[in-house]
Amino acid sequence: MTALLEVEDLRVAYGRIEAVKGISFSVEAGQVVTLIGINGAGKTTTLRTLSGLLKPVGGHIRFKGKPLDKVPAHKIVELGLAHSPEGRHIFPRMTIEDNLRLGAYLRKDHEGIEKDVQHAYERFPILGERRKQAAGTLSGGEQQMLAMGRALMSRPELLMLDEPSMGLSPIMMQKIMDTVAELKAQGTTILLVEQNAQAALALADHGHVMEVGRIVLSGTGQDLLHDESVRKAYLGED
Amino acid sequence: MHELPQQLVNGLLLGSMYGLIAVGYTMVYGIIKLINFAHGEIFMTGAFGALTIYTYILPNGTSLWIALPLMIIGGMIVSIAVAVITERFAYRPLRNAPRLAPLITAIGVSLTLQQLVWAFYPGAKKERLFPQFGGSGFHLGAVTIQPADIFLIVAAPLSMVFLATFVMRTRTGRAMQATAQDPDTARLMGIDTERIIVIAFAIGAAFAAIAGVSHGLRYGQVDFRMGFIAGLKAFTAAVLGGIGNIYGAMLGGLVLGVAESLAATYIQHIPGMSHFGGGAWQDV
Ligand SMILES: Nc1ncnc2c1ncn2[C@@H]1O[C@H](COP(=O)(O)OP(=O)(O)OP(=O)(O)O)[C@@H](O)[C@H]1O
Ligand SMILES: [Mg+2]
Repeated sequence: MTALLEVEDLRVAYGRIEAVKGISFSVEAGQVVTLIGINGAGKTTTLRTLSGLLKPVGGHIRFKGKPLDKVPAHKIVELGLAHSPEGRHIFPRMTIEDNLRLGAYLRKDHEGIEKDVQHAYERFPILGERRKQAAGTLSGGEQQMLAMGRALMSRPELLMLDEPSMGLSPIMMQKIMDTVAELKAQGTTILLVEQNAQAALALADHGHVMEVGRIVLSGTGQDLLHDESVRKAYLGED
Repeated sequence: MHELPQQLVNGLLLGSMYGLIAVGYTMVYGIIKLINFAHGEIFMTGAFGALTIYTYILPNGTSLWIALPLMIIGGMIVSIAVAVITERFAYRPLRNAPRLAPLITAIGVSLTLQQLVWAFYPGAKKERLFPQFGGSGFHLGAVTIQPADIFLIVAAPLSMVFLATFVMRTRTGRAMQATAQDPDTARLMGIDTERIIVIAFAIGAAFAAIAGVSHGLRYGQVDFRMGFIAGLKAFTAAVLGGIGNIYGAMLGGLVLGVAESLAATYIQHIPGMSHFGGGAWQDV
């Protein structure tokens, strides 16, 4: 069986500085795969390349068996790949509802969109209560819910989440990770980038540890969670 | 002081013309952070486009009331074509260049467009007469409204209502807001931001063409340099209203128009002020 997403020897550079130096991994349908690693490892660069915002200098990306590296960014969500970016990037001066609807920008099934908007409000009731409010007025955690809700509005086959728990209070962080777990239970395929390695690995089927542009360690979530070097470097143990 | 109501009305008329042009600066700036210095020339070519329809396309002696809609359409077609072509060939290749490059290019485009009209438009080395409405003004109390201004009184508010509805209520309008607020994330939503940029240029150009026609009607003539001063004032209006904000652009235009109209009338009455140039102050 071919994987939903296959990344092969991917290399990405900013000018002459290579930020991703030849990484390979894959995501199978129904899996949660996580990329962990400290600041500057190249995780965000990888996700931005997968969604077409950056162009690779080498390697291959295949999504559902089709090459993705030449597809312009605005055509990628249509193929079933949604990206909730690092730092949330909600549209601050638009309403919460308009933000959600933009997630379904390319969809034509109006009834389905209405249903999914309602569904997002059921998943995140706070968004429903404030639907007419400018999204910039939401707290960080609420903005994260909106960013995830917006990404789900495209009904993606693969959902990419870049540090959904970044900068959140422990309670909010828990809530967001619970949502990720819930999405997994519903069968959503997820590529999760996290600095909160503990939470990410506990959820993930597979994990990859990145360091300065390379994958240095891969394994199942449980393996990595119990790996000594991972525990030392990422879980704050000695 | 009996001139005050008249001067206010004149100022509002002038200001709505500035506002119509300012919308183009502000929309383009809002999306690609470019001050399109050539926008004054988009306004100028719109006026010439309308003149072309009247002078060279319509039969001699066509009533201006009948000609006007066709002149507006002609002006818009020319303005939009010029704007879209300059965007495609002058600005788009510089999309990821340092900010200064497109800015200098815009100044170059501005001068080029002026020179092209000067060199190739028949009779454009001097002012060219623009068709005029006959008849005298309408009196409303102390205020007289010229027939030429009726066009602006109708067109400016209609244009603004159209724009607000477009931006707030349509799918493309929302995509435009998203692109202005966060272009990369807009692309993640599936928005073709290059297309949105073209649409912003086109809408700004259509508005500039309306302003160009009303400028011709008000002043009875058009010339290849008309975009310079009008563009500068409209740019000021856009900044005044908070650049990037379309309602602000209109409001900034109105404020500037009223200020200019009142200053031109009253500053010369302030004792001593006439030494500083009197009426020339209106172009400050
Ligand atoms: N726009 C940019 N221009 C130049 N270099 C960049 C740019 N963005 C990132 N980099 C560099 O690329 C490398 C990888 O950055 P990236 O943001 O992908 O890391 P990350 O793993 O997501 O880190 P973090 O955990 O802090 O989000 C870093 O060295 C970073 O400084
Ligand atoms: Mg990152």
